Amino acid sequence: MSTNVTKAIRRSNDFVIKFANVNGSGSASANELFARAIINMGVPVAPRNIFPSNIQGMPTWYEMRVSASGWLGRRGGCDLMVAMNPQTWDRDIAELESGGYLVYDSTKTLPRSRFREDITVLGVPLTEICNREYTDPRQRQLFKNIMYVGSLTALLDIEFAVVEKLIAEQYRGKDKLIGANVNALRLGYDYARTHLDCPIGLRVERSDGVGDRIFVNGNDACGLGAVYGGATVAAWYPITPSTSVIEAFSGYCRKFRTDPDNGMARYAVVQAEDELASIGMVIGAAWNGARAFTATSGPGISLMQEFFGLAYFAEVPVVVFDVQRGGPSTGMPTRTQQSDLISCAYASHGDTKHVLLFPEDPYECFTLGAQAFDLADRLQTPVFVLLDLDIGMNDRLCQPFDWDDQRRYDRGKVMSADDLEAGKNFGRYLDVDGDGIPWRTIPGTHPNKGAFFSRGTTRNAYAKYSETGTDYVYNMERLRRKFETAKSLLPAPVLRRASQPSRFGAIYYGSTGPAMDEAYALLKKQGIEIDALRVRAFPFANEIIDFINEHDYIFVVEQNENGQLRMLLINEGEIDPKRLFRVLHYDGTPITAGFISGRIADILAALKVKIPSLVTPALSPNRQQVAS
Amino acid sequence: MTYFAKPRLLRPDTPRNSLGYTRRDYEGAISTLCAGCGHDSISAAVVQACFDLEIEPHRVAKLSGIGCSSKTPDYFLGNSHGFNTTHGRMPSVLTGAALANRDLLYLGVSGDGDSASIGIGQFAHAMRRGVNMTYIVENNGVYGLTKGQFSATADKGSKSKRGVVNNDTPIDLVALALQLGASYVARSFSGDKEQLIPLIKGAMRHRGPAFIDVISPCVTFNNHAGSTKSYDYVREHNEAVNRLDVILPRDKINASYPPGSLRRVVQHDGSILNLRKLDQDYDPSDRIGAMNHLQERQALGEIVTGLLFVDSSAEELHRHLNTVEKPLNQLGDAYLCPGSKALEALNASLRRS
Ligand SMILES: Cc1ncc(C[n+]2csc(CCOP(=O)(O)OP(=O)(O)O)c2C)c(N)n1
Ligand code: SF4
Ligand SMILES: [Mg+2]
Repeated sequence: MSTNVTKAIRRSNDFVIKFANVNGSGSASANELFARAIINMGVPVAPRNIFPSNIQGMPTWYEMRVSASGWLGRRGGCDLMVAMNPQTWDRDIAELESGGYLVYDSTKTLPRSRFREDITVLGVPLTEICNREYTDPRQRQLFKNIMYVGSLTALLDIEFAVVEKLIAEQYRGKDKLIGANVNALRLGYDYARTHLDCPIGLRVERSDGVGDRIFVNGNDACGLGAVYGGATVAAWYPITPSTSVIEAFSGYCRKFRTDPDNGMARYAVVQAEDELASIGMVIGAAWNGARAFTATSGPGISLMQEFFGLAYFAEVPVVVFDVQRGGPSTGMPTRTQQSDLISCAYASHGDTKHVLLFPEDPYECFTLGAQAFDLADRLQTPVFVLLDLDIGMNDRLCQPFDWDDQRRYDRGKVMSADDLEAGKNFGRYLDVDGDGIPWRTIPGTHPNKGAFFSRGTTRNAYAKYSETGTDYVYNMERLRRKFETAKSLLPAPVLRRASQPSRFGAIYYGSTGPAMDEAYALLKKQGIEIDALRVRAFPFANEIIDFINEHDYIFVVEQNENGQLRMLLINEGEIDPKRLFRVLHYDGTPITAGFISGRIADILAALKVKIPSLVTPALSPNRQQVAS
Repeated sequence: MTYFAKPRLLRPDTPRNSLGYTRRDYEGAISTLCAGCGHDSISAAVVQACFDLEIEPHRVAKLSGIGCSSKTPDYFLGNSHGFNTTHGRMPSVLTGAALANRDLLYLGVSGDGDSASIGIGQFAHAMRRGVNMTYIVENNGVYGLTKGQFSATADKGSKSKRGVVNNDTPIDLVALALQLGASYVARSFSGDKEQLIPLIKGAMRHRGPAFIDVISPCVTFNNHAGSTKSYDYVREHNEAVNRLDVILPRDKINASYPPGSLRRVVQHDGSILNLRKLDQDYDPSDRIGAMNHLQERQALGEIVTGLLFVDSSAEELHRHLNTVEKPLNQLGDAYLCPGSKALEALNASLRRS
């Protein structure tokens, strides 16, 4: 059809492909194979699943950004659409950039009116080929997916051998499957080579942009971090998008924590009846000296509130992975957001405060995930690792995991039987070291020394029941000191300074990282130089507050509607709210660089801030219009 | 309210068990419950049971929810770690503790409000999961601590102190425990320590979920005429199916029983449960029979007590999870951390090939 599009997009190693599929049709593994093929060509990609809360039959998309510059944030827009879902055809076609490309199943002829004039249409009769080649309906479905990967391989000029090798690795030992898959791949490839103009304007060229990075998702990395962090007890209740944290933990435990002598488990995973029970089990295990965690999402966090207060006040070291999704209530369970900061930071009734960690990518999910257990033990308090669906459920290129074999777990202040026998003064809530952190004993330590009664009720420094105001105040003041101590132990913020002193500062965290990196470059191109600070933990390090005070304009970039980090900064840093400008993206899709830079430029324009070096930006076609 | 420590004056002839502990070593702080509260008798029974069983106090972990009943772990086993958790959620905390260290004895103490009202879900799931524990509900049919509202175990037709009649169907925790797979199920009465102490001992030597529903009158809010949880009412309607003697492996057996009057159950650790039959036909190894018996007698207004069911071959949660023998909380870094080599191999598998 229309191959005479005047302004077809011509770009190599820098475009967005989107696969429009039907949920449950087996497309996920084919799409992932394609992403890996591009990585194996040495070109960075960042794929994202956009899926409904449904198991079968609903539309689902796999959006893949190919970026030679290595930008891993979502770009928005689409240059090549693989339209495999008739249900979403119209919107999929509409979404294509002008000059873009459409790959579709051309078995049935469609009227010209169903296409656009300004795109290149590439038909492959996938169903027809499949019906000719296969008799089994399931095979017809599955191989159709591999077949379009074959056609794309030809269209984008990817080396056939690269994809072939990936298939061989995936089905190692199952020669029959390798043969069948490669055959399907070949059918799609050959069809494109014979019937279509290959390659098209979009190309994948061999490059060395990937380096030694690994390709993994954040939930997997959290599960692995929990294994390396020494967790032995996990209790959970299934909820998207956190479920795969536990699946990963269980899988890695089976691999690494099965006793080689007798096949027994050096870990316990219990699927609880609800989130109250899962956090209860975690608290019980941690109170009893095991490293324990749960993984959940917003609704689970809500249910756990009372228990968080108990863990805070009884000073029990637990770790919670919260893979955030769109709230409130059931909200958008399969969409991403950073909207649980407030409900975690001050979780539970009464005066509470909790430690939060914000990993940026799977590497940090692993590192901070493991570190969370040391911090919880050291501080004897709940530690929340707040990631989100975007990092949790999408494979992301990141720095390889590392571990120092010299490192020993920091179990914090635990008194041993020998300490007690030697006559050390044990007061469970006594601040002997001035850092607000008391000593604890583990049940079963000593026959007649060191036992205490944990409770959520007030007690004196020796854990004896007390409703005396002074005992209560002593405790609360000590807890406040403990959180001062926490600041110095938590991962420091990451600062990126502009090449020249700037009046502008941006503060961001977690999955916003990749989009912010790119926005930083975009703004710089426009002559707006900013300093950027990535917050990695709460309570906030003093340098975060200093950073705010050093700049005239602070943009707080986050993915929620309340501006929750901003609220925390105002509250904890006693910052004048007028100085913190909101850059908020919360429609459930991952934030983009275009959105951030556009929003910041708009705010500066609205404030009539003079920037001498300002270059008027060409309006990005992908700038999303989400109000803040 | 403030904490009262007990004076520690011991007479030289104070009895000691073979570990050298006196009863006082198993006691806790002075109770702050109302004088005459059934719960205090249960605390005393726990003290006696642990003394008799010669348990090292620190080998017990005691956990409770919230309520007058849930306060009691402060009043016994002062040398044991304890955890007064949140209302209705003790079972999950106990489950987690048991996962962390399979070597301790777990004693869960709860109330009827705590276990049958707010906490019925956690109660049920801890039973069906097979947690190795002794779970005691101090059942008074009311919320003592919040001043006498009906709980979910209040019988239909029973009257509150203010004269309000309860119209809701009661929840029978014993029936639930039986249905949910508890492997040691008993009912007793706080006013009958002869019956209660051996039942606690048997439970603490049992492997698997052991549940004891102890009717424990609340003298302040539920001990009046018209209540079915008052001392008088329970005494009048108590129908024990058996009497238990717990024989430890080290004990010499010198009691003799008339032929046919005894049922003997050997538990996994070698302890023996000698059940003196009061109801000749009652078979405590028959789960369904026990459930039927309970329903029948209950319909007649009787309160069936005794060791109602025991399965000494039952498995528990750790077995289901196939966890290592050594407690999880004692595994060192070397057993837990796969190290940098394994990580490097993993990195390689996640890298471009
Ligand atoms: C979440 C929550 N809701 C309500 C309460 C108030 N409360 C404390 S004890 C109690 C009832 C206790 O009844 P029960 O378990 O029967 O114990 P009892 O006092 O009768 O021994 C209630 C409702 C609470 N502590 N927590
Ligand atoms: S109110 Fe009832 S249950 Fe509570 S201590 Fe008094 S008598 Fe016992
Ligand atoms: Mg009660």
